[in-house]
Amino acid sequence: MTVTEDRPSYKWVGTRPIRHDGYDKVVGKARFAADLNLPGQLHAAILRSPHGHARILSIDTSTAEAMPGVKAVVTAADFPALDVGNPEHDVAMNLMARDVVLYVGHALAAVAASTRAEAQAAAAAIEVEYELLPVVLSLDESMADGAPLVNDDNRTAFSGSDEPSNLATVTPLERGDVDGAFEAADLIVEREFDTAWVHQGYIEPHACVVDVGADGKADIWASSQGHFRVRSQTAAVLGWDTARVKVTPAEIGGGFGGKTTIYLEPVAARLSEKSGRPVKITMSRDEVLRATGPAPASKARIRIAATNDGELTAIDGWIGYAVGCTNDMAGFIGAMSVASYRFPNLKLEAVAALTNTPKSAAYRAPSAPQAAFAIESVIDEIAQLLEMDPIDLRLKNAVVEGDPTAMGSPHPRIGFVECLEAIRDSDHYRSPVPEGTARGVGSGFWFNIGEQSSATVNLNEDGTATVITGSPDIGGSRASMALMAAEELGIDVYRITPVVADTESVGFTDVTEGSRATFATGMAVVNACRELIDQLKTRAATILGVEADAVDWVDGAAVAEDKDPLPLADITAKAKSTGGPLTVTASLNAGGAGPSFAVHCCDVAVDEETGQVTVLRYTTAQDAGTAIHPSYVEGQMQGGTAQGIGWALNEEYVYDDDGTMLNASFLDYRVPVASDLPMIETIIVEVPNPAHPYGVRGVGETGIVPPMATIANAVSRATGARLTSLPMSPPKVLAVLDDR
Amino acid sequence: MSKRSRTHVTCTVNGDEVDFLASDDTSLLDALRDELGLTGAKEGCGTGDCGACSVLVDGRVNCSCLMFAPEAEGTDIVTVEGIAEGDQLHPLQQTFLEGAALQCGICTPGFLVSAKALLDENPDPTETEIRYALAGNLCRCTGYDKIVRSVQEAAVQLRGATR
Repeated sequence: MTVTEDRPSYKWVGTRPIRHDGYDKVVGKARFAADLNLPGQLHAAILRSPHGHARILSIDTSTAEAMPGVKAVVTAADFPALDVGNPEHDVAMNLMARDVVLYVGHALAAVAASTRAEAQAAAAAIEVEYELLPVVLSLDESMADGAPLVNDDNRTAFSGSDEPSNLATVTPLERGDVDGAFEAADLIVEREFDTAWVHQGYIEPHACVVDVGADGKADIWASSQGHFRVRSQTAAVLGWDTARVKVTPAEIGGGFGGKTTIYLEPVAARLSEKSGRPVKITMSRDEVLRATGPAPASKARIRIAATNDGELTAIDGWIGYAVGCTNDMAGFIGAMSVASYRFPNLKLEAVAALTNTPKSAAYRAPSAPQAAFAIESVIDEIAQLLEMDPIDLRLKNAVVEGDPTAMGSPHPRIGFVECLEAIRDSDHYRSPVPEGTARGVGSGFWFNIGEQSSATVNLNEDGTATVITGSPDIGGSRASMALMAAEELGIDVYRITPVVADTESVGFTDVTEGSRATFATGMAVVNACRELIDQLKTRAATILGVEADAVDWVDGAAVAEDKDPLPLADITAKAKSTGGPLTVTASLNAGGAGPSFAVHCCDVAVDEETGQVTVLRYTTAQDAGTAIHPSYVEGQMQGGTAQGIGWALNEEYVYDDDGTMLNASFLDYRVPVASDLPMIETIIVEVPNPAHPYGVRGVGETGIVPPMATIANAVSRATGARLTSLPMSPPKVLAVLDDR
Repeated sequence: MSKRSRTHVTCTVNGDEVDFLASDDTSLLDALRDELGLTGAKEGCGTGDCGACSVLVDGRVNCSCLMFAPEAEGTDIVTVEGIAEGDQLHPLQQTFLEGAALQCGICTPGFLVSAKALLDENPDPTETEIRYALAGNLCRCTGYDKIVRSVQEAAVQLRGATR
């Protein structure tokens, strides 16, 4: 079901063709990172720290180097020491520890050998002497007076201080008269919340194959969310010019933010350089969980003031993120996540602090889910206490165009109200709540970003087209690029071949983050097509013998008065005689990425004997601006929701006192499986983004923001108990039920 | 350390008789991928928890990462590469495409194999039966909705074809 504002009717945009890359993916031919093997290839294994925090006194690789099959060994001594101020300092330090290990799983040496087993045996034979240092594992420990330093290199960002600190960022926001508003309030609700470390959980472990040639150039085959970032980070870590590195994007087996940074490629490159052979590294699942990703754990205290008629007059809050072993912008970004409601009076402090745990990575709308869980729970409690419909309460306070964001700047055209109305009017929300269940709602949004993209569109001799971009296709973006090109050029979507090209075959393109690919890279594709159409009209004018400005482009053909329409293929066939090949490259730094709001609704049952929460029905409404390929918009909504349900009910890192993760497998770190979930009904709301030629808003991230509060709000209505700690696993639910 | 001895294994893979050498601790998954070049089955965990390496062994779904390659001696194995009949996609492959049941696609081979095993056994499964039959396959992209619907649609088509 789609709610659509008046808009032009499109022939291709909004249709659901089979994606071009789909065929190879259902027959097992699609090549992911671990699927490539090169002649003469070696396999590498990485030695990782068994300690949560320790000084490296010595590393002795001599035994390992003499072992069978071993061709090269590297440690941090094989990489340049980057200055602390270098933007890639933390990436370099994370992929090969120098002097100090900062978490269990921190890499400190790597071996390349003829077989993986030989490499693993040799890595295990590397002798390391450690001096143990104090381990800091939680936000409270990190922020306590006199806390041991997690990472001597960390300085609090934006503070101007050169003193080492455990604080990553401190972001205070304030507007209006908060104290006055709380004094005047009819109702005040205050709650404290906490959430656990969670992993992005992509099914494809990180992997790469790197071949450094005799000319010193590195040829990298890797799966990532942005191969240009793989190139720049690899070059920076190695101290090389960017032009020495070529990255070919493999198909990516899920990223969700976790593949916006690198862990392996410079290590493989150095091993390849030393051995003269191609080197392949594939992480195990254990390594993925211990040494990549996760999203920060958090704590929050939120106090909201309301009037008896449901006006939210003030918010006073604190939210803290435990970001792992290096500085991170999680707190800064989290501060922006309160922008769903007008709140005339606002006082918020968001902080992030370091812990001796893996360097955190972006995870789908990074920082917003933790903040939304807290705020949307308190708002729901206000609705309960006022006996107001929770959607009516939200409608009364929802931001619209022109209302301030948390930072104070006005919202552009947004569709929050439309999403609330879509859920309010949905079959699900209008249906009676089934016996033995309870219903909750929640909302969330993500800002989205634009950034830089390039696209080249080549028209071929026979009138087919090749659309070349630098945005890896994570979940159907090739189809979206082809649909926009088909709409522009007026040719069949299957006459278009969408290609994701390597770093030497397409212009620079930023990493896929901030739900930007269909928005920004799509805009580059549209711009290239429009410039091509100008050329096509000029060529057609030559062929038809009319003035260029007398030619229009209609439905894939040049049209001029008193002339038969000249289809695209007839023009491309005459390219040689009318000026040469028809090809255009467009590049841009896209502004105006419109925020995407979502409202979720779910029915749950709570087993009061076991504490098990079961989600029985789930509906999500989200503003896509314009859905280019609705199936993949729905897919993003459903996928984000499922990850949010996992975050809400199952998923958490469990550490022992030394910082060793105790559940580093998919058996024990349990992501939702098919039998855990119901169908996830979707309502695509389309409030076009005025900054995009088709009105696109990115849809990738918002879906993960509302589920935690949506489920907690349903549990509250089912049991009368407010769950404030994630995950809402059976033991925690039982404890709260016992306290009622 | 000397090179370990390797066992000569003969089996049928996707209808073809094949043979390869494997050491005793080589998984069937590594043998398929590295010895036979069949990289459709993926390693997502190596511990039998994600199902990305699912293959049929004598008609039953197995995590090929949990099976030693020498155990494949004399068996009949079907991987995702063997599901289509010639250039005719299996109905599951077609409904997965039409139903947008894949996003990144890394789990898709395992899901197709598990779903085929289900429909071979039970041509008219309920939604709950589908969800439990696929509970050993992790997908992190789709929330399973479109996968389950695609299996339901393929079941309808297959029943129509055999009626």
